[in-house]
Amino acid sequence: MDYAALGLKAGLEIHQQLNTKEKLFCHSPTVIRNSDEHFGVVQRYLRTAVSEMGTVDRAAAEEAMQHRLFTYYTYDTTGLVEIDEEPPAPMNREALDIVLTIAKMFSMTPLPELHTMRKMIVDGSATSGFQRTALAALNGKIGEACRIETVAIEEEACQRVEDTIFSVDRLGIPLIEITTSPCMKTPEEVHDVAQHIGMILRSTGKVKRGLGTIRQDVNVSIADGARVEIKGVQELDLIAEVVRREVQRQLSLLAIRDELAARKASVPGLVQDVTKVFEGTASNVLKKAKCILATVLRGFDGLVGMEIQPGRRLGSEMSDYAKKCGVGGLFHTDELPAYGVTAEEVEKLRKETGAGPQDAVILVAATEAKCRCAMKMILRRANMAFEGVPEETRKMLEGGSTAYMRPLPGAARMYPETDVLPVTVTKEHFDSLVLPELLADKEARFMKEYGMDEGLAHQMVYSEKLPLFERAVAEGIRPMFAARTILASLKELSRGGYDASALPDEKILAVMHAVEKGNAAKEAVLEILTACAKGLSVRDAIAKVAPSFSRDELVNLVKSVVSERAEFIKERGKSALGPVMGVVMKEVRGRIDGKVVSEVLNSELEKFL
Amino acid sequence: MTFQNSDKVTVSFAGLEMDGIYISQSGTNVIVKLKSGYNICVPETCCKKRSGGEEAAETAEIKPIEQNEKLPLLSIVSTGGTIASTVDYRTGAVSSKFTAEDIIRNIPELAEIARYHTVQPCNILSENMNPEKWQILARTIAFEINNGAQGVIVTHGTDTMLYSAAAVSFMLDTPVPVIFVGAQRSADRPSSDNAMNAVCAAKAAVSDLGEVAVCMHATSNDTVCAIHRATRVRKSHTSRRDAFQSIGREPAATIAYPDGDVVLAEDAVKRGEQKMALHDKLEPKCGLITYYPGMNPAVLDAFEGYKGLVIAGTGLGHVGTDCLPRLKFLTESGTTVVMTSQCMNGSVCDRVYETGRYLLDAGIIEGGSMLPEVALVKLMWVLGNAKDSEEVRRLMQTNLKGELDCDIRGDF
Repeated sequence: MDYAALGLKAGLEIHQQLNTKEKLFCHSPTVIRNSDEHFGVVQRYLRTAVSEMGTVDRAAAEEAMQHRLFTYYTYDTTGLVEIDEEPPAPMNREALDIVLTIAKMFSMTPLPELHTMRKMIVDGSATSGFQRTALAALNGKIGEACRIETVAIEEEACQRVEDTIFSVDRLGIPLIEITTSPCMKTPEEVHDVAQHIGMILRSTGKVKRGLGTIRQDVNVSIADGARVEIKGVQELDLIAEVVRREVQRQLSLLAIRDELAARKASVPGLVQDVTKVFEGTASNVLKKAKCILATVLRGFDGLVGMEIQPGRRLGSEMSDYAKKCGVGGLFHTDELPAYGVTAEEVEKLRKETGAGPQDAVILVAATEAKCRCAMKMILRRANMAFEGVPEETRKMLEGGSTAYMRPLPGAARMYPETDVLPVTVTKEHFDSLVLPELLADKEARFMKEYGMDEGLAHQMVYSEKLPLFERAVAEGIRPMFAARTILASLKELSRGGYDASALPDEKILAVMHAVEKGNAAKEAVLEILTACAKGLSVRDAIAKVAPSFSRDELVNLVKSVVSERAEFIKERGKSALGPVMGVVMKEVRGRIDGKVVSEVLNSELEKFL
Repeated sequence: MTFQNSDKVTVSFAGLEMDGIYISQSGTNVIVKLKSGYNICVPETCCKKRSGGEEAAETAEIKPIEQNEKLPLLSIVSTGGTIASTVDYRTGAVSSKFTAEDIIRNIPELAEIARYHTVQPCNILSENMNPEKWQILARTIAFEINNGAQGVIVTHGTDTMLYSAAAVSFMLDTPVPVIFVGAQRSADRPSSDNAMNAVCAAKAAVSDLGEVAVCMHATSNDTVCAIHRATRVRKSHTSRRDAFQSIGREPAATIAYPDGDVVLAEDAVKRGEQKMALHDKLEPKCGLITYYPGMNPAVLDAFEGYKGLVIAGTGLGHVGTDCLPRLKFLTESGTTVVMTSQCMNGSVCDRVYETGRYLLDAGIIEGGSMLPEVALVKLMWVLGNAKDSEEVRRLMQTNLKGELDCDIRGDF
């Protein structure tokens, strides 16, 4: 696809959790808990609040259409701030310094004073109904053609356990939000920029790792389309596909728009009660419903069911809008008869509603109030089809397609957080922040200085155990040995099904030191680590797996082996070394370094010959 | 250059030109709201006024509100509480708009419960309340009831709400519910407790209750409110929604949210049980002091000339023996001294230990199970209304508005 011709513009908003001791505005630890371990439950409603400018944000208004009681799981690590029962503590300086350091890495200009704002979110994911956020720095560079527009420090939201149940363990973990300009022109470029930003973030060594700790939002538009913000792409590998599919969706919607115009299609907006049509229906959904409403979309036949991206149709878009009213979804004539609805029923429905063969009929089934609300939303979305692509916030579905979430929020969602005082950032402080070595540079250095090949250097640099490696090298352990041991130990852990705490850094380090001092053989490292992971101390593990073999003991052993095989050695001369070595190693493998064995054996053979 | 609120400005900072709206000054910096909604703070010299600009602020459509004439009439008496208040972020001022329409626009559910008449006798922070304002409040409420209010809601800051509520309950015999309500979490947050508390207060105000009470969250959840007796409630937490707790007695009622089912306690005073009467005299020259170990007795000299003094003593109602001569001097020179306890629960008894007996000899009055703050307000009212010291003693030891578990027996 010729993305340049399509006028593709994409920008990124990257959210990365920071690995601080405490949360951004309270003293609770930044630890993710298992929701089964929750201690207590708090139940709350949220309403929209009016912004300082006197307006209600449209996205917030739509989320608040249903008066839902949200349930929040709390833990023994939860404080009052997270359940919105106490004013926030001052901003976490540790988190701010990480954000400022990253801003400096992008050559940005910090703001002299940070003013914390409340970003209204009433979907339940924040107990207060807002997320605290502050712009920290502006206008940075990334690569040749891209700019970082802003860097903000903000709070993480709750995790959704299911439906209206949330877990507050994640709420309040510090995040950095990095917003790029809409500078990317191809899906692949979006991937590359995201990857590069990820590398820079990791270079600090102070960001959280693992799935869900970094999320990319992608802004996509094409010429004649509209800006769409896709939330929560967690896997980097999917990001280009998400962009590709969004371009496809916008193109399809534009094609539908043109077809509707050609057909002189219209949305009359008449809503009819067709509950009677489905009396005695075999459809489970319709059978249960107290009320079934229908509306006719003139000239829409075949277009509601047209695929606009994998697994998604115009009907899915309408269904997303309808779901805001608490209905499960909708039926449309492009997909019927199906789901227990018979051809006769469809015929009856068309007759009852006066729908012609060119028309599509949309059905919703629920309580009357929900149906009326849903129909309003469906008609709204149907009318948008004439415009082409609506500006929306969307969420990513598995595979890279997306679903409608809410309208793009406006400035009205932001208002000042009056409980937090402004934070001053002086020039001296910003200048004093030390920039970490970029992982890309580190990788090159490891290859050059330590003689690692590219694969090993890359693996080591992006490993969670990079700090351990650097510490080991600083403590005098040979870099190649350290890298191999550390990476092997990780593999060992995952193979044995142990978690990281089974093999703390201290133990791995002690094993490496034992080898370097000659107290254990390099060949036995893996077995020793396995024994350690099973709970043995380093000393016990070495004693059990491979009691060390002293040089004197080795000399005695070699002497007896040589004298036993005197004839053979005389016969073969120097070339007896290999076979005899094999015999000795059988006895001492893993207990003494192979290099020492060959050394001793060589000198004994020379003496003998 | 000087700027005014809402001035359209252009900010040149970090190599960028950004349009925004001037919000306020912060030293030599200015705060500007960007189009994204973020406020940023930059040196004043980076900011320039700009003319024109396309961003007409979206104004919300204002629909007229009609009240249902078939519903009972409630009065909302505002003292500067948070139900309808909006903060002006530019000046920090709380908007004084206070009409029934404003309230219903903020909390539409109220319109289904009653129709409302609103009155605002004062607009202050609750820490600035005083006995004179309690009197104005009691008179305003009486006026509203005499004019046909079938219930009264008083919006009040939570810090001193219990003092005001107790004061009104002593000054006013009310046949209809008088419900004090506040919010612990600011009204400008989507999670504020103000709306639910207000809805429950309205439900309480149209219920069968017939006394002065405080309506606040019963728990941290948005599922039930408690209606506390005005003389038995204490703010027991600085910030939680369920800060208000009944002490020594169960709440008069609970109200489920959002259903609005009211469950009255058996011993709640019912609608119509009391006849309307206003006794609005108070003696403001009264004090309250908490005794602490090692307290210099000279502290008590500050209350010389006071008509009344409540002491929150230790345990069963004690102070250090070195305070006894000063207390005796106070009572002999005409100050009524009432002993209460710092313990939140239980009654004072000065007949168990020696110090207590000395205190009784010194002429102090045992305050029974009264909360110290309630005893102070009651003492003001009793001193304002009793004709002699005998009646003062008798009334202080008589359960008037639920402040005591029972009348206190006099000694033979």
